[in-house]
Order: sequence, then C-alpha cells, then structure tokens
Amino acid sequence: MCLAIPAQVRTIGENNMAEVDILGVSRHVSLDLVPEAKIDDFVLVHAGFAIQIVDQDYAEETLQILKEISLVDMEAELAGSGEG
Amino acid sequence: MDLRGFRDPVIARTLIDAIQSVATTPVKFMEVCGTHTVSIAKHGLRDVMPDNITLLSGPGCPVCVTSNADIDTAIEFARQPGVIVTTFGDMMKVPGSYSSMSREKGDGRDIRIVYSPLDALDIAEKNPESQVVFIGVGFETTAPVIAAAIDQAARRGIENFSVFSAHKTVPEALRALVNDPDVAVGGFILPGHVSTIIGMEPYRFLAEEYGIPSVVTGFEPVDILQGIYMLAKQVADGRADIEVAYTRVVPPGGNPAAIAKIVEVFEPVDAEWRGIGVIPGTGLAIREQFARYDALKRVPVTPPEPKEVKGCQCGEVLRGVTLPFDCKLFGNACTPEHAVGPCMVSSEGSCAAYYRYTDYGK
Amino acid sequence: MRQDRILLAHGSGGTMMRELIEDVFIHDFDDDVLSRMDDAAVLDVPPGRISMSTDTYVVSPLFFPGADIGRLAVCGTVNDIATAGATPLYLSVGFILEEGFSVEDLRKILVSMRDAAAEAGVRIVTGDTKVVEKGHGDGCYINTAGIGVVRDDLDLSGSHCKAGDKVLISGTLGDHGIAVISKREGLQFSTDILSDAAPLNRLISDVLDAAPDTRCFRDPTRGGLASTLNELASASKVSITVVEDDVPVRDQVRGASEMLGYDVFQVANEGKMVAIVPADQADAALAAMKGAPYGGDAAIIGELAEAPAGKVYVRTSFGSTRIMDMLVGEQLPRIC
Repeated sequence: MCLAIPAQVRTIGENNMAEVDILGVSRHVSLDLVPEAKIDDFVLVHAGFAIQIVDQDYAEETLQILKEISLVDMEAELAGSGEG
Repeated sequence: MDLRGFRDPVIARTLIDAIQSVATTPVKFMEVCGTHTVSIAKHGLRDVMPDNITLLSGPGCPVCVTSNADIDTAIEFARQPGVIVTTFGDMMKVPGSYSSMSREKGDGRDIRIVYSPLDALDIAEKNPESQVVFIGVGFETTAPVIAAAIDQAARRGIENFSVFSAHKTVPEALRALVNDPDVAVGGFILPGHVSTIIGMEPYRFLAEEYGIPSVVTGFEPVDILQGIYMLAKQVADGRADIEVAYTRVVPPGGNPAAIAKIVEVFEPVDAEWRGIGVIPGTGLAIREQFARYDALKRVPVTPPEPKEVKGCQCGEVLRGVTLPFDCKLFGNACTPEHAVGPCMVSSEGSCAAYYRYTDYGK
Repeated sequence: MRQDRILLAHGSGGTMMRELIEDVFIHDFDDDVLSRMDDAAVLDVPPGRISMSTDTYVVSPLFFPGADIGRLAVCGTVNDIATAGATPLYLSVGFILEEGFSVEDLRKILVSMRDAAAEAGVRIVTGDTKVVEKGHGDGCYINTAGIGVVRDDLDLSGSHCKAGDKVLISGTLGDHGIAVISKREGLQFSTDILSDAAPLNRLISDVLDAAPDTRCFRDPTRGGLASTLNELASASKVSITVVEDDVPVRDQVRGASEMLGYDVFQVANEGKMVAIVPADQADAALAAMKGAPYGGDAAIIGELAEAPAGKVYVRTSFGSTRIMDMLVGEQLPRIC
C-alpha cells in the first residue's frame, strides 16, 4: 500500500526540510515526522516525508544471521553429498 | 543504502528450504498490503511456496478499498469552478460510480498529479485565486504525511489549501476480516510501512483474542520469505505471537511523532470499505480545530447517489474469499486496459498484479 | 525580427510571416535548398529504395536536461528512418506555435535542430509554420518527416526474429524519461541524468557492417523496452527472455524509478537502439555498437526462444522469472 524507500540525509535546512539522496537522486523531504534525524542517517521516505529512521545495525544483523544460516546449510549439503 | 542483500538468491533459497521443512500442515497466510501483493507477484514467490502454504491477498490497497461514494466525491470537487484538485497518481484511473479522475481531466477539469502533499501546498501558493483540494487516500503510512502538510499549511499561512480525507486505518479492518465466517486465515503477513508508524501493539488482539500468528514484514523478496518462515514456524510450534521480520524500520512502538500528528489533526470515524462495508472507527476525519483545511467544509459538494458495478467481484477478492482468476470477469471483460473494478486498475490491486506478472488467465 | 513573441499574424501568410521565415527559420537552419523558399524542395537522391518516416513531437517541458523538443524531433525521425537500414538524407519540419510563444525559445529550438541535423548528416529542406490562439497549444509542437536510402538487398523487419537470436541494447535504459519527468511541476527532484536524445544512424550502420544478418532494429521510445520487446515477440511469434542483471541502468535512474514507482523497462528512451541479431553474429554486433557513437554502454541482454509465442519474460536478479508487462495508459507516479 505504501511505497517507501530508504534515502540518506545530506543537508538539513530551514523548516525541517532536508535534502536526501536516493541512489544519486536528490529531493527535498520534510523531517517533520522524524525530528531526531541527523545528517548521514538513512530515513524511510514516503510521499515527500521521512517517516522513520532506518536502523542500519538491525539491517546488517538480519542479513548476517540469514547469511550464516545459508552457509551452515550449504556446508551440511556438501557434507551430505560427500557421504552419499 | 544497499538493499541487494535482501534480494540475495542464496539466502532466499535457504529460507525457501526452511519454510518447506516447517510447513507440515496446510495453512493460508494473508498479506494486507498492496506492496506485498506486487512484490510477491513480481518475484514469483507463489511458485516457490510448498503445497501446504497458500498466499492470499487482503484489503491492502488503499485505492482499491476506497468506496465509490468517496471517489464520486473526489470527482465532484474537480467539477467545481475555481478548484484545482491535486492527487497521488494512483487515484487517477480508478473508476467511481460514473467516471474517473482521468476521464474528468480529459473533460478539462484541473486535476494535477503530485508526488507529495507538499507539492500541492506549492501549487496552492502559486495559485492564490484557486482553492486547491488534495485527495487524501491511504493508510497509517500516509495519514501522518497529510496531517503534517495541513500543519505546514497553517504555519505557512496558506489559506486556499484543503484536504478531502478518505484515509483508513488497518487494525480494526483486520478484526472485521477475521470475524467474517467466509474468511479463513491462518496467519497475517502484516504491512511493514503501516507498522513503521503504529508499531506492534495495535495488532496484539490478533494473537491474544483470535490466536492468529502475525509477522510484520518488509518488501524485498528475502524480507517476505523471512516473514513467511516466521509465520510457518509459529504455526508449527503451535504459537500465536506478533513478531517483526522488518526490524530495520519497525521499532515496537512505531513512530510516536507521526502517531501524535495523526491524533492532532484527525479523529476516528466510521468508514466504508469496498467489499467489506462500514467498519466502525477505521476512518479519519479532520478535527474541528482544523476545519478550515477540510475540503468537505470549504467546498461543499453533493455527489450523485453511488452505484456498484454488476458482476465485479472486487469485494470478494479484497477479502481473500475469491482469487482474482476465479472472478468471471478476470482477463475477459476486465483487463488493465478496460478495467471494471479497482483491483484491476490500481497497479497494487490483486487482480492487476496477477494479470501483469503471472501467466494465470492469459 | 522585431517582435519577441509569436503573434497570430506570424501564421497568416502576410509580411510578418515572411519576416519570421526569412529572419528566423531560413537564417537559423541555413540550408541552400530551404533558402530558395520554393513550395517544394527538389532533391538529388542516390539509387536504391527509399525509407520514409514521420513523427510528431509534443513534450512538456520543452527544454529538459540534456536536450529539448528540437533535438528530439530531429533524432527521433532520423532514428526511425535508420531502423530500416537506411542512410537518412532529408527532413521536413512543421511547427505549430502557440500565440505568445517566445521567439528566443523558438530560436534555441531551431539551433538545436540544426546542430542535431548536422551531427546526423541530414539536411532540413522544407518546412511549414502555423500559429494557434493562446491556450490552444503547449508552446510549440513539431512534426518532422524524412527520407533515407536503404542499403541494397536489406530487408529488416520486426517479424524476422528467430529462436536463438540475441537481444542487444545500445546503452543505459530510462535516461530520457527520467530527465523529462524530473522537471515536471509537482514532481521536482534533481539528478545529473541527461536525456539521451541522439542520432543513431551511424551506430546502426556500423552494426550492419559487423552483423549483416541482423533481423531488425527498434528504438524503445514511448513504453520503453517493454513495449518494444512485446511488439517484436508478437510480430515474430517467439518468446523473449531478458536477464535483469545484464540490462544497463544508471543508479540515479533506478533511484528515481523506485521513488516514483516506475518500472524502468517502461520508461522512454530517445537515444537507444534495440537490435535482434543471430547468435553467431551477436559478439561482432556488440563490439560494433560499443565502438560507435552513443554505444559505449551497449550490452547483450537476452535471447529468443520458440515458445510461448508472444511472451516476454524477465529473469530477475533474485533468480525467479516474471512477465515483462507493457505500460497501460500513461505512466503515473504513485505512492502505493
């Protein structure tokens, strides 16, 4: 329902307006809904407003856990095929 | 930020295998977010599900659940002299009872597509002699954005801007859905971007009162597979909890500043959902103190009596009771070029997603 | 010319129209044949079959990053002629101007048409202007038509594609569409993306030298790559599969597309060419494209199969396969 994409805060100007970067595209978005956002933070942008600060640590942690599971799986598979 | 990890085929494969191994009994999971509908179709995720898991689409497209009466009202604003209607692109092609915004624009009405309500504020500033009405459609993700725009209008002293609020809120609609005897859902894939605003608490009743496992889920393929895995795991363990598979943007308490903005500007009212009917307390009306930004008060209109299209099963599709390709009109009388119902018009509609990205019915 | 705005009188056939033609059009286009101001141009044409094409250009805004309506109007018709394997030679130009249009803007458009024509090696030899009342046009509309001479024995057609053929694209997708939309009212965002509008007749000629059995060329303009490939799949009754990771797309175009909810395969291009080439000539065709002007980012992006006829698929980065669907109606930015 709600297309929202991560963007990085570059500058913060008057009226809570920030310039954000989305893969090199820059657009002004309002920080009215995430008053604590700082320069370099990743924010989730929806309809011209930042609506949340993206927690990069969680993003990396999730991927790390999933990657480790994948590795364990592949090793198990390799070990299994070796025995068979 | 690099989202490629969340599209990694190796991780996806592991998750698919994991889902396979825990899904030992037949179960139906429903997503209630159009972005999930599209992502699942676009990445072919239905084809990689084990036989035991059926993925249903619920009322997650805000355009699709908007009633004919509301669309008729939006169109009526555009027909008033001196009014510029501003809207998200999503609404343009959706048919109301008698017309669509797209058709009205063709007839010469001043209807402008914007990406943000702030762009509508700029249009209002540049056209002081016109009344600029913004068509506010969307769930909790969008409502705070519109509320903040009203707030900005007040701060910037823009007096010729108003909003037609047809916003809806999700949790109580889920209650209506699970109370519906036709609907059989064994787990909810909860909407990630609604939840980034409202957090986890408002869904608690699903687990506690109804025993339905639910997982707040993101939109990349790995996110969705992770959410489905967590749901399947709950089912296998015989648990029902509210969990989050999208921790990077969904803190348990959501976004308190955004919730405060919604509460400041809007008050809950009953709302009519297409296909479901009136659900108490799921609409958002503009509060009295912001009445001068309420389009219904600024530009009074009387839309014609709404009527429903015969044979269109969007209602059943929106409740997950009928799959898109089981509707008699699907792919025949109803295609994206000549859509009968909103589920085929909106790019997020279930019917459009099935039609565009899969071979069903073609 | 004395006026700085176009008036209705400039289209009325009298002295003011003559002033506009002589001082502006003839002066800026600077072509011997055009300067004779006869009703029809008389042209020398080398022996061979003639390729002919026409297109009308309406774009808002008229000036956008990297190009303007004038460059678009020359390159578009040049490219259409060239897709037949022809060397484009001559263009006609018709203008519909709105009363009040700025003469300075008009001259900018004319200069960019002259430069694009010189770059493509074509001559603008005849023209026409009409002026419509204020409010009846969007500043300036342009029609161009052109002719070229087709290489001997060449028969390129969208219906000649065969299973096993490769799909080539001459560069990055979506640049033009994103450059134009970035300047529309209500959607402002900024990128370094420039419209790719460019004449591709030399690129096509080089590819034909290197891969003489090329089945066809198409320029993926409105509707983007998705429309072009779906048309080819239908016309040749084949299936086409594109590998998403092999398709060149600039990061900024990807970013803007995600922001607006666009499918980059449906975004318009004005300086890109799709070529369908037999597999054994595909590498030669790719090398020729990469060596030609505007072909540096060329890539082989997919291949053709027998069945299912008429279908186009994308193999996603994620490893699944989906349909590459055509744009329905106009492309609208969405938040859902």
